[in-house]
Amino acid sequence: MERLTELVTGHKIPVGQGAEWVFDWLTAYAGALFNALAAGMQAMIDAILFVLTAPHPFAVIAAFMALAYALQRRVLISAGIGLGFLFILNQGYWHETMQSLTLVLAACVVCMGLGVPIGIALAHRPRLYAWVRPLLDLMQTLPTFVYLIPAIVFFGIGMVPGLIATVIFVLPAPIRLTQLGIASTPAALREAAVAFGATPRQLLWKVEMPSALPQIMTGLNQTIMLSLSMVVIAALVGASGLGVPVVRALNSVNTALGFESGLVIVVVAIMLDRLLRFRRTS
Amino acid sequence: MNAIEFDNCSVIFGGRPDRSLDLADEGLDRAAIEEATGQVMGVHDATLEVAEGEIVVLMGLSGSGKSTLLRAVNGLNPVARGDVRVRMGDQMISVPAASRDMLHRLRLNHVSMVFQQFGLLPWRSVADNVGLGMELAGIAKAQRRSRVAAQLATVGLEGWADRQVQELSGGMQQRVGLARAFATEAPILLMDEPFSALDPLIRTRLQDELMELQRQTRRSILFVSHDLDEAFKLGNRIALMEGGRIVQTGTARQIIADPVSDYVADFVAHMNPLDVLTAGDLSARGAGGRAGAGPQAEEAPLSADTPLRQVLAALAEREALPVQGGGVVRRADVLRRLTGR
Ligand SMILES: Nc1ncnc2c1ncn2[C@@H]1O[C@H](COP(=O)(O)OP(=O)(O)O)[C@@H](O)[C@H]1O
Ligand SMILES: [Mg+2]
Repeated sequence: MERLTELVTGHKIPVGQGAEWVFDWLTAYAGALFNALAAGMQAMIDAILFVLTAPHPFAVIAAFMALAYALQRRVLISAGIGLGFLFILNQGYWHETMQSLTLVLAACVVCMGLGVPIGIALAHRPRLYAWVRPLLDLMQTLPTFVYLIPAIVFFGIGMVPGLIATVIFVLPAPIRLTQLGIASTPAALREAAVAFGATPRQLLWKVEMPSALPQIMTGLNQTIMLSLSMVVIAALVGASGLGVPVVRALNSVNTALGFESGLVIVVVAIMLDRLLRFRRTS
Repeated sequence: MNAIEFDNCSVIFGGRPDRSLDLADEGLDRAAIEEATGQVMGVHDATLEVAEGEIVVLMGLSGSGKSTLLRAVNGLNPVARGDVRVRMGDQMISVPAASRDMLHRLRLNHVSMVFQQFGLLPWRSVADNVGLGMELAGIAKAQRRSRVAAQLATVGLEGWADRQVQELSGGMQQRVGLARAFATEAPILLMDEPFSALDPLIRTRLQDELMELQRQTRRSILFVSHDLDEAFKLGNRIALMEGGRIVQTGTARQIIADPVSDYVADFVAHMNPLDVLTAGDLSARGAGGRAGAGPQAEEAPLSADTPLRQVLAALAEREALPVQGGGVVRRADVLRRLTGR
């Protein structure tokens, strides 16, 4: 028995060291790539933040209300979004909210920009998808704190590592939903288009994408909600926004601050959800 | 001139077909082949032509391979052996051997299709569904609109152009399907049980409309049906399929008058023969022929293509009647024939 235990515990498989070795190797040899990536993302974040914070808050609120009406055609939703923003302004979290919205928007751009094409590619390659699925599961189940470490290693402290951590966590959602939508396009519709001479590209744009649109929009909605849920964790690697007061409240056991900032996050979540609810026109 | 030619055409699903083909050649049925090779014999050794302007109906029980054979025409199913040729202008193109580009042109301009479950894109308007083929061919929007409008008028859907297809009833949806198929102006039309999903009343009406469209435009149509009356109503000729093989080809009259097997006989047994069989069919087999107690010479002979319905009316008065070109129809023979010999 003792020998057996010795056999199992005597030599620890170097999982942690292995990971560290990979990180070291990547920093040494792919450093330029990471720097370029970081610069690109920083530029995108700066641009979005500028657009959201340069105008007067009332102008931003009006713009969001107009957007809500354009998307949903319902005065009530538009008015609700206006009220939500006024509440945030009233609580004094305007700037933090805009910073978090920046992170969410940037994550949306990256996740949808990568997730939709990847989802389409996987839907067309079922065998590959079977291999990729465990990886997607891993990305979603690995505790988020674990990949904060390499995010810091590669990208330092600030909005960019926050964005990276968010993207890793969120990306599987749009990939999965896009894959589901494209793969569940009714075979009869695909066949009808092929019979009338559709090329693979026409098939994608005229049949598969419209058919998958509800799922892709759900993917967008989930991307936003999941990104928002990462706001607090992003704050741990130095991303500014609504996560910062939450972390501060936690550290100082400040109930009032914690409840305030938590409520603001919930309000933002509800507003974004209502803003982007997808209804197929019937 | 033929529009479609099947030449010993076999379709096998699932992998390299060599062994399945050998077994099929030996005459094994689908279940035995699947047991031996794990492959599904969709169609074996089918030979059939569709002449230009003709409607040929593929008929048979569910699973007999009708759709499989039909779908070989526009390359939706691969052909394992044999050939399918389709007319493109003044030449016959082999579909299995066609290049990707050739197949693309064939689908855009030469062969179009109507589906049992309509196959309409539910997020599109009626007009955009009808214009699908033209859109895929890259025809400009303005030109499309006028052709779509004209096509919608021919199927009685003017004024519905901007509705969503989901708002339409089944019969109207299939009219959209017909309009979509006719809009590409392809001379060859594949129709896979297009009316089976519809109510009997609507079905009959659409059959009539199809016959009217066919009178105007003279397409070459390969039509799949499991409904005997539909097949006999629409088809110039009928090919009966059983277990992946064509067992008999001919006009409705030929098949009813001379079924090659019990399967075919069973199939046509439920057919209403009144409008299909003619005096000629009944006299040709009439026992006794010219000799015996023939009718009086002064009686006017029936023409050979008089439908059975009229023959019966005439026989109500007499025991027997002469037929033009020789032969006699007797009441007793006809009655015996109708009650299953
Ligand atoms: N894509 C396919 N893969 C495997 N088997 C198929 C496929 N399509 C049809 N079959 C099989 O081929 C046979 C003939 O089917 P089908 O042509 O659809 O019959 P029908 O149209 O006469 O009802 C059936 O046994 C069916 O299961
Ligand atoms: Mg079928």
